[in-house]
Amino acid sequence: MTFEVGQQLAPHTFLINRAKLIAYANASGDQNPIHQDEAFAKSVGLENVIAHGMFTMALAGRYVSELAGGSEKVRDFSARFTKPVVVPADLDVELILSAKVSAVDDGLVKIDLTAICAETKVLGMAKATFLA
Amino acid sequence: MLNPDVVGRTYKGANSFTVTQESITQFALAIGEPNISVAPPTFSISISLAESQSLLQESGLDWTRVVHGDQRFEIHRPLVAGDSILCSSTIETARVVAGNEIVTVRSDLFAGAEIVISSWSTLVVRA
Repeated sequence: MTFEVGQQLAPHTFLINRAKLIAYANASGDQNPIHQDEAFAKSVGLENVIAHGMFTMALAGRYVSELAGGSEKVRDFSARFTKPVVVPADLDVELILSAKVSAVDDGLVKIDLTAICAETKVLGMAKATFLA
Repeated sequence: MLNPDVVGRTYKGANSFTVTQESITQFALAIGEPNISVAPPTFSISISLAESQSLLQESGLDWTRVVHGDQRFEIHRPLVAGDSILCSSTIETARVVAGNEIVTVRSDLFAGAEIVISSWSTLVVRA
């Protein structure tokens, strides 16, 4: 695939649910109960269970890997966690990833990412660099 | 509150962490990534954040009030099964904004003398 500055890349929608949060907790070792236990999450003032920020970023990372043509091409990846992804029980929550090419230089492609959940941007300043 | 003496210090992890194919596969499955020949770009968070947690708790920070603010990975090459990783952590900055303590930790993941991944985690300790 060739990349040009300003190019809008095909979006990808990921589904997030409670079972996926548990799978991610087990894979990453982050067993904070705010990502699994609704009663606990509400007891600390959250609206409901929220996704790990790093799970949202990991899904964005998978999107970057797809655009790059493989995880091994990803060289830099950063994001700010601006809003929580709220995950009610028995629901698939949509996370919509999209990206735009910001630079193509010296064999590297830089993109700006947008991550939307419930019509809200959940990642800020999300950027990635990969090998062209 | 974090002891200000720790800012700028680098802590070499005492224990190496061996990347297994099983851990890569489990992480890839959890995010729906079909390629399991290398670790996904954010896989190393499970190594670096565990190191940061133990370091910051020892330095007096209340981990139960910590929220992840932002994250960056600089990846020289992806982790692969069989890598034996030592994590070196540096508390780069610590400041208080509107009553919340904001700490940035840099984690350098070494395989022998080679830096494989450098990552930065900004952690916000809610007042």
